[in-house]
Amino acid sequence: MDHKSPLIHPEIFGVTLTFNLANMLMITVASVIVFLIAVLATRKLALKPTGIQNFFEWVMDFVKGIVKSNMDWKTGGRFHVLGITLIMYIFVSNMLGLPFAIVYNDYLWWKSPTADPVVTLTLAVMVVGLSHYYAIRMKGFSEYGKDFFRPMWFMFPLKIIEEFANTLTLGLRLYGNIFAGEILLTLLAGSLATGVGGHLAAVIPTLAWMGFSVFVGAIQAFIFVMLTMVYISHKVSDDH
Amino acid sequence: MTTNAYVLGAGAGFNGGDIIFQLLMFIILLALLKKFAWAPLMGIMTQREEHIASEIEAAEKSRVEANQLLEQTRVEVKTARLEAQNTIENAKKIGEEQKTEILAAARAESERLKESAKLEIAQERDNAMNSLREQVAALSVMIASKVIEKDLSAADQEQLINEYIKEAGEER
Repeated sequence: MDHKSPLIHPEIFGVTLTFNLANMLMITVASVIVFLIAVLATRKLALKPTGIQNFFEWVMDFVKGIVKSNMDWKTGGRFHVLGITLIMYIFVSNMLGLPFAIVYNDYLWWKSPTADPVVTLTLAVMVVGLSHYYAIRMKGFSEYGKDFFRPMWFMFPLKIIEEFANTLTLGLRLYGNIFAGEILLTLLAGSLATGVGGHLAAVIPTLAWMGFSVFVGAIQAFIFVMLTMVYISHKVSDDH
Repeated sequence: MTTNAYVLGAGAGFNGGDIIFQLLMFIILLALLKKFAWAPLMGIMTQREEHIASEIEAAEKSRVEANQLLEQTRVEVKTARLEAQNTIENAKKIGEEQKTEILAAARAESERLKESAKLEIAQERDNAMNSLREQVAALSVMIASKVIEKDLSAADQEQLINEYIKEAGEER
């Protein structure tokens, strides 16, 4: 049950960095899968869409809908690509840990990259960082600074807390959902499935939980992108 | 686990390397996908949007054109019908005129023929009277010669003259 992480600590430019090799492997796998799916799906494009192109156009329109529900398309159009890539990457990452988990020499190698708080918080910090970057770039530094004192000056501490709370909740929500799903799957497969009776008893709840995890993974990918757009529009728009 | 405790934020088990790796991978993925997948897909979608818009415009245009043509045809049919009616009307009028003309001409002709026949008859009668008068004269001469030959009484002579005159009158 208590799997170790394959950590290495190389020293780069005089700084010791800790790398989790399993995370690196799964991040790479997820990225490659997303890249291959997307590129293969968009090889044969036609004005009259068929099959996979239809699906990807639906994904694009779906993300477009998310962006449009938060800001007008003139402002939000530039975040379209970010949204699609995020939703694809997170969805694929969420799905990766579902079919199996590979443990080798007591080290956990195969899992969802999003079942690690470091990965999800990295994405969350990136999103919040982007929201600040675009706020400064599109509204100017003074407008950006003044936004911290709106609508009342004494809201400033709350606004500061809000930034950190946003980041933490955005990352930890995703991590918690996916990690919990995998923990339960590991429990069902590892602890309940002992002996013939245990295996039989484990089949139905495992199947049910896997189906639910697919649903949760999809919902979490959607929520992550939705909140990304909410935070960005909150910073970028003038009327807030 | 031999984490360097002096590195900022790098406590025990804090995967700084993972953060950098994740960020890097995501940015690379974003760039690659934008170039190889999303840009072409968005391109084809906008292309389709433009195509549909232009098709709608063309359809609208041709619809208006068709309506115009229909209106034009309608007007043309109307004028053609009016023209045909006029032609028929005219033909009828001309026929009527011709009819009355021909009738009048025929009437005049018959009148003329009647007149000429009357004239001829009158002439014939005059001629007949003339020839009768001549014959009467000749008969008178013959009667006179017979009287001279036969020695007639006055009564006989009277009777004879009356007979001849009667005969002459019946001959008319």
